[in-house]
Amino acid sequence: MAFTQYLGLPFAQHALLAAALVAVACGLIGPFVITRSMAFAVHGTSELAFTGAAAGLLLANNAVAGALVGAVVVGGLIGAMGVRERERDSSIGVILAAGMGLGVLLLSFYHGFATEATNILFGDIFGVSSGQLLLLGVIAVGVTVAMTVLYRPLLFASVDPEVAVARGVPVRLLGIVFLFILAFTVTEAAQVVGTLLVLSLAITPAAAAHRLADSPLVVAALAVVFALVSADGGLLASFESTSVKPSVFVVAISFAIYVVARLVGPWLKASRRGVVSDGAETATKEAAA
Amino acid sequence: MADAARELSANGASPGTPAGTSAAAPVGRPVGTPAGTPAGTPAIHIEHAAVAYGERRIWDGLDLTVPAGEFLAVLGPNGAGKTTLLKVVLGLERPSAGTVEVEGHAPRRGSQRIGYIPQQRAFDRDLPVRGRDLVRFGLDGHRPGVLLARRESRRRVDEVIGAVGATAFAGAPVGRLSGGEQERLRIAQALLGDPAILLCDEPLLSLDVAHQRIITALIDQRRRQAGTTVVFVTHDINPVLPYVDRVLYLVGGRFAVGSPAEILTRERLSSLYGAEVDVVRAGGRVVVVSPDDDELSGAGDGHHPPAVCPPETWEG
Repeated sequence: MAFTQYLGLPFAQHALLAAALVAVACGLIGPFVITRSMAFAVHGTSELAFTGAAAGLLLANNAVAGALVGAVVVGGLIGAMGVRERERDSSIGVILAAGMGLGVLLLSFYHGFATEATNILFGDIFGVSSGQLLLLGVIAVGVTVAMTVLYRPLLFASVDPEVAVARGVPVRLLGIVFLFILAFTVTEAAQVVGTLLVLSLAITPAAAAHRLADSPLVVAALAVVFALVSADGGLLASFESTSVKPSVFVVAISFAIYVVARLVGPWLKASRRGVVSDGAETATKEAAA
Repeated sequence: MADAARELSANGASPGTPAGTSAAAPVGRPVGTPAGTPAGTPAIHIEHAAVAYGERRIWDGLDLTVPAGEFLAVLGPNGAGKTTLLKVVLGLERPSAGTVEVEGHAPRRGSQRIGYIPQQRAFDRDLPVRGRDLVRFGLDGHRPGVLLARRESRRRVDEVIGAVGATAFAGAPVGRLSGGEQERLRIAQALLGDPAILLCDEPLLSLDVAHQRIITALIDQRRRQAGTTVVFVTHDINPVLPYVDRVLYLVGGRFAVGSPAEILTRERLSSLYGAEVDVVRAGGRVVVVSPDDDELSGAGDGHHPPAVCPPETWEG
């Protein structure tokens, strides 16, 4: 079937819309994941969304709901076990190992379609029902609203926690709230690229944006754009292939953007700093562009 | 000494730094905004206060009244509770006994009346936060929403950045700035809220002598122009000696308050430490040799190397 014919089909439209929603949420949290050194937390949460999804499949034949519950439980556990960076890494490692083991055990009891299981790991946005799509949409809007409201104090708390505390920012509470936002976003992203490849949307676009800009707002905007291009670009590319999963294309595009950003970034930043002395002016122009 | 700052930066102590600090406009002070503590009310009043973590008592029976506009240096070895004192004033730590008042009221977390310059921290080199973003936090970082560069806010941020002489480098990522440059931005950040009280926690740590002079001169300039009370935690009294009104010396739960001349003497410090302490004065500098020292240090903390101590005082 030709490319354009796909675009007329409701399932393809739904998938593209879902991917776009997921991309916006991922692009918004990505810069904070990097600033707060939480890449491992993203990976841990997504692995455990897999456990939740396996449990969801087994108990209610609903992987998405299971993954959501799993991610939220894990977000709570990580928050309770240690918000501080060092404690956090080890506690995530412990929970991740135990949870993955449990997930594999649950899957060995599952006698439904084998593809359901691989879909959790590698993602299958085309398999998402319209009901689940609605759920994903609600979550994406929720994450976007929450990030818009929390953006400034969360940035303050992430970059400059000592002064933020002194200025009355609830730094600890924000850290825990962000864990839950992360959990919801990760579960969403897992629907598009699978639990194993969540980092390709939650981190790679933001990491590429980091390479290109100094201003936090510009980085956030670029991260959203890169995530959108990766997610929807990957889906569109997958229409041309029957055997390769969309997640592969998503990962490929986001990685390509990152590589280009790494190569161009230093040169771009150096030339900008050299030519324009006032960083604010540049940032504003970039943001407007 | 304020001239020293201008002279130093003009001499290129920090490359790319515009000369000096503008003496015309008060540092970071919007016109017509009252900043000082109301007359008659002490900026900080502490009575019989104690702080303890479990069994460990940090200090006990502390009495301290800091009048508005005073420059108070807080000295003492590591673990003596210098930072804890700042946290109590900030309302982040509750005293286990006694009373603490800030401008006549109980300390309130997040109070706009207090500007806080924390101990230096290393920022990631690639952190996408520019110097001016860090400063901007001082204005509205605690408010919900997205960082929007409204014209009025940008004007105030630019103004305060100019006042501390940071215009040239405020657009660069914070992680790529030197310690001295970061410290200037910290001052700008603290002044943006137009505080009546400025709490500084070792702002001179890891700065060279030239930058120590610039930073202390900037802080004192603000105090003189806006009547801001300064509480300055330091392990070395010498860089702030020209400005200091009084010294609070904390050692092992005990304390002494008074002018530098009163406190930094062999007798006072020996009785405070409960052991033989030597105070050496040479070339306008004060060096305290305390019992927990293996080496000499500029009046105060024995655990930092005597970074600014000229070699000739070592013989004393």
